[in-house]
Amino acid sequence: MFVYRSAATISPVDYMVCSHRLRWPELLPWVAIIAAYFAFPSYLALGAQVMIMVLFALSLDLVLGYAGIVTLGHAAFFGVGAYTAGILAVHGWEEAITALPVAAAVAGAVGLVTGYIILRTRGLTLLMLTLAVASMLGEAANKANWLTGGADGLQGITLRPLLGVFHFDLFGRTAFVYCALVLFAGWVFVRRLVHAPFGRSLTGIRENAARMHAIGAPVRQRQIIVYTIAAALAGVAGALEAQTTQFVGLNVLSFDLSGAVLIMLIFGGVGRLYGAFVGAPLYMVAQDALSRLDPEYWFFWVGLLLVVTVMFARGGILGVADLLRRKVMR
Amino acid sequence: MTVALETRGLRKNFGAMVVTNGVDFKLAAGARHALIGPNGAGKSTFINLIAGRLTPSAGSVLLAGENVTALSQEARVKRGLGRTFQINTLFANLTVLENVTMAVSERLGRGGDKLRFAGSRRDIVEEAYELLKRLHLAEDALRPVREIAYGRQRLVEMAIALGLRPRVLLLDEPAAGVPSAETAVILDVMEALPADMAVLIIEHDMDLVFRFAKTITVLVRGAVLTEGTPAEIVADPRVREIYLGEGRHG
Ligand SMILES: Nc1ncnc2c1ncn2[C@@H]1O[C@H](COP(=O)(O)OP(=O)(O)OP(=O)(O)O)[C@@H](O)[C@H]1O
Ligand SMILES: [Mg+2]
Repeated sequence: MFVYRSAATISPVDYMVCSHRLRWPELLPWVAIIAAYFAFPSYLALGAQVMIMVLFALSLDLVLGYAGIVTLGHAAFFGVGAYTAGILAVHGWEEAITALPVAAAVAGAVGLVTGYIILRTRGLTLLMLTLAVASMLGEAANKANWLTGGADGLQGITLRPLLGVFHFDLFGRTAFVYCALVLFAGWVFVRRLVHAPFGRSLTGIRENAARMHAIGAPVRQRQIIVYTIAAALAGVAGALEAQTTQFVGLNVLSFDLSGAVLIMLIFGGVGRLYGAFVGAPLYMVAQDALSRLDPEYWFFWVGLLLVVTVMFARGGILGVADLLRRKVMR
Repeated sequence: MTVALETRGLRKNFGAMVVTNGVDFKLAAGARHALIGPNGAGKSTFINLIAGRLTPSAGSVLLAGENVTALSQEARVKRGLGRTFQINTLFANLTVLENVTMAVSERLGRGGDKLRFAGSRRDIVEEAYELLKRLHLAEDALRPVREIAYGRQRLVEMAIALGLRPRVLLLDEPAAGVPSAETAVILDVMEALPADMAVLIIEHDMDLVFRFAKTITVLVRGAVLTEGTPAEIVADPRVREIYLGEGRHG
């Protein structure tokens, strides 16, 4: 109601100048995370995993939701970040926080190089190339046994206490808070980016690339930049995964993971910034519950949910919520 | 005469079909110039070649004397070229104000800024809003473009191009799809354009062409048939036969 009425009474310029102001529903994820910490002390490890996936899906939202680049290989960057953090730790870099920017840089570099090459193409070709990049990296990790542990996975990751004080405890308290803080930083960054002219121009590219060219925007350059940024962010998510589980397996580069993160984002709602916060928890909780109910065929139910979402709720859960909110206000 | 835009021997084939056939064309600074011709004559293609959306098969495009044939669309925009599309090419889900702000922001080189909110440059939004007022679009500023009437969307097309403050403006049928009662607004807007802006307009509405243009070029099957003042063009029997005659019947 507030937004609707203010749109009618304040000047259009004021309205647009304020469009990045924080609205109270944007704080709900953080309320939920803090509440979860106290309410579910025995599920903190799962909670950390969920937040890692939220961050990963958030990075995908930049590429897919904002820039409109459809990818089936986003796990490539998650995996590179995970292996970077894991390999650093195994070789003695046992300080977790400083490993994050390194993982971001390596994953970002992979994003930059591959993005530079594959973003010349569009449509099906691009889709296949994103897939190919991820599977090549997966195969390389499999072959490079000496570095990655190959099919057995990378073992022996040990970390020093965070800031020299907080041990990664068995209950996952430290991991939970650590992931929550990194996710918070990631959210602040992504939120700023999408409300910046750069983010608006990504929406422009998604909506109408021909027009963006015609107003003189360097379309391909912007696509490469956002691809690189999203890759770096996915790399941070991967690094968190490696650090909190103290293990890296080949699955971090798998097609399954690329597909799963895509499904999470579609469930939550694409291009809305908060789709990741809704979709990832829903997917993981559903996975947890369904695999208990129906351990063999749980993915069938996920598939069914996906069919329902893409056929009847294109905007995902947030899209439906938005629609209802507008109906109520009319 | 200072030449704002020139094409030399411009040619475009689509496979075996020659759509632009060796066009030599000059647009004077501050010109009010119309490009007319029957459907399929190659008018839109000509504009797309000038704007860099299409690559010519041969020939060159010069902007203010500089050869820009090898430059990207972006680079040409930076050199003062603006265009509209025959079929609305807008950001349908963004508001009218956001559509125009996007253009102003790119013109000022601020479109790629990452570390400040888009709203923090109030002057940019204000400039876009002023433009909307000039084009009678102010009351639709906060509506998504897809929700407003097609005729008004045509005005958004113009507003975006004007947000670039081009020295050369290419208008591809700005009044196409606009109810005839509303074409007056478009003519008003065109007549109020700065005198030093060179304008090339493609238009089928002959009323509008004759009111606006000081020079008319007739394009037929990809080649220039003739060029002259409106009076000369009306008097030309070939034009009457090939173009105006056809137009009346079609
Ligand atoms: N990308 C393309 N590929 C193949 N043929 C094309 C292409 N674009 C245009 N043509 C053809 O080129 C010819 C000229 O098209 P163009 O759109 O330039 O004509 P026009 O003069 O703008 O016509 P109208 O008045 O209908 O807008 C048409 O026969 C059209 O079918
Ligand atoms: Mg045309």
